[in-house]
Amino acid sequence: MTVTWLLGPFAFGFMRRALAGCVALSLAGPPLGVLLVLRRMALTSDVLQHGILPGIAAGAALAGLSLPAMGAGGFAAGLAVALLAGWLARATGGREDAQFAGVYLIALATGVAIVSLTRGIDLGHLLFGSVMAVDDTTLRLMAAVATAALIGLAVIWRPIVLESFDPGFLRAVGGRGGTWHLAFMALVVLCVVGGFAAMGTLMSVGLMMLPAVAARHWAAGLAGQVRAAVALALLASWLGLVLSFDADIPAGPAIVLVAGALWLVSLLLGRHDSLRRRARARIT
Amino acid sequence: MNDSIVLSGVSCAHDGRVVLADLSGRFAPGSLTAVVGPNGAGKSTLLRAIAGLHPPSAGRIGRAGLTAGQIALLPQTGTLDRSFPLTCAEAVACGAWPRLGPFRGMTRGERSGVAAALAAVGLDGSACRPVGTLSAGQMQRLLFARLIVQDAPVILLDEPFNAVDAATVAELLALVRRWHAAGRTVIAVLHDLDLVVHAFPDTLLLAREAIAWGPTAAVLAPANRRRARIAA
Repeated sequence: MTVTWLLGPFAFGFMRRALAGCVALSLAGPPLGVLLVLRRMALTSDVLQHGILPGIAAGAALAGLSLPAMGAGGFAAGLAVALLAGWLARATGGREDAQFAGVYLIALATGVAIVSLTRGIDLGHLLFGSVMAVDDTTLRLMAAVATAALIGLAVIWRPIVLESFDPGFLRAVGGRGGTWHLAFMALVVLCVVGGFAAMGTLMSVGLMMLPAVAARHWAAGLAGQVRAAVALALLASWLGLVLSFDADIPAGPAIVLVAGALWLVSLLLGRHDSLRRRARARIT
Repeated sequence: MNDSIVLSGVSCAHDGRVVLADLSGRFAPGSLTAVVGPNGAGKSTLLRAIAGLHPPSAGRIGRAGLTAGQIALLPQTGTLDRSFPLTCAEAVACGAWPRLGPFRGMTRGERSGVAAALAAVGLDGSACRPVGTLSAGQMQRLLFARLIVQDAPVILLDEPFNAVDAATVAELLALVRRWHAAGRTVIAVLHDLDLVVHAFPDTLLLAREAIAWGPTAAVLAPANRRRARIAA
């Protein structure tokens, strides 16, 4: 009974393709998310996911519903927004949250405006994703993006971890922190763009961030947090797609809802810094 | 002269405000110098400028024969994220960056160097502990271990003994003396003048500009101290 419920939807080819795509994103996104959390950039990911929409919409407006055009547009717009957000954060000396809100609201409105002016694009699909959208081309794109992001992260792992922990030290030893930061942001944008077809631009970051935030409650070490985040993301992808199929809600919100539930459970019951731990520490 | 740090007319500014004005002089190779002065005298800025982290607004800093990574800086405590999920050994191993860079793997020699550094600061047995579980004093020991691994000929210490208990000060000071005996150049920003008098041969008294620079006893004469207070 339960097994049928959990596995049944994947009798359909489009559900298997969606699952394969989400598995790819679950392997690549959460490690980036863990670093985003450690770099105190969780909100920056929010700016990015809004930032890619105008690029995707512009790509669709210029070249029709072609995945390469939309992907390239989204990647370019995401990078531009990442650079702008980073520059604003430095130029305003840390009061960045207000500027970030400004940037992403403008980006979102621009994206929606372009979509409205272009015939033939479903705004809902663009924002929230659709498993039906994962055809073979999209699946190949997701797999390629995930592979590139994982390899890229492996290459910049040591410098970006050090730059997150002690940026002053890295600069003092001539480590060129800015270069690694840019490369890291490019990987994040790549992953967000990779997820938009299945999960939508607004939800794509959810699979990256929520498992990463939850993972902090399950492991004390960096490697452990990355493993926990990937495991939680895989679980959220699977259960989320089942939920999407059963309850007929778009894949993006369904997966994010499951990931959010897993985060709440982690916050309540996790091994580190959870509410359960805190309560116990108070009693003893 | 190789390995000496030469300041010629160095000025530094923060947001247009001058915090260090027209400083000239030379830290000789193998010298052990304390930098003292009132708060806001530009002491930390001087160290950051020497380390290449704060470009001077005027003047020049000569670092003959030294490459990046050969000037090690111990930042003020509290600048690091203590909840970061690294182990003590991993944090100390960062000191090997000048030799390994972003991609080269840890060799067996580097690994034993990390273990030896942890032992030298009394943190042997803590290699696998998360840095988040360390006390303030232990964190300072950890950063000293990273300096040992970095093995730089010039070492800059920014208030190394703040928030550290007396026993830890004694142990870390012994390390500083060993570096001095080994011919390294050590420059330390300090507040405890008794400590300066008994452990540091040279002193630079700063109050935005150099009030005095030379042998500690002469620099810390009452007249100079008064001038430093007024200038600040």
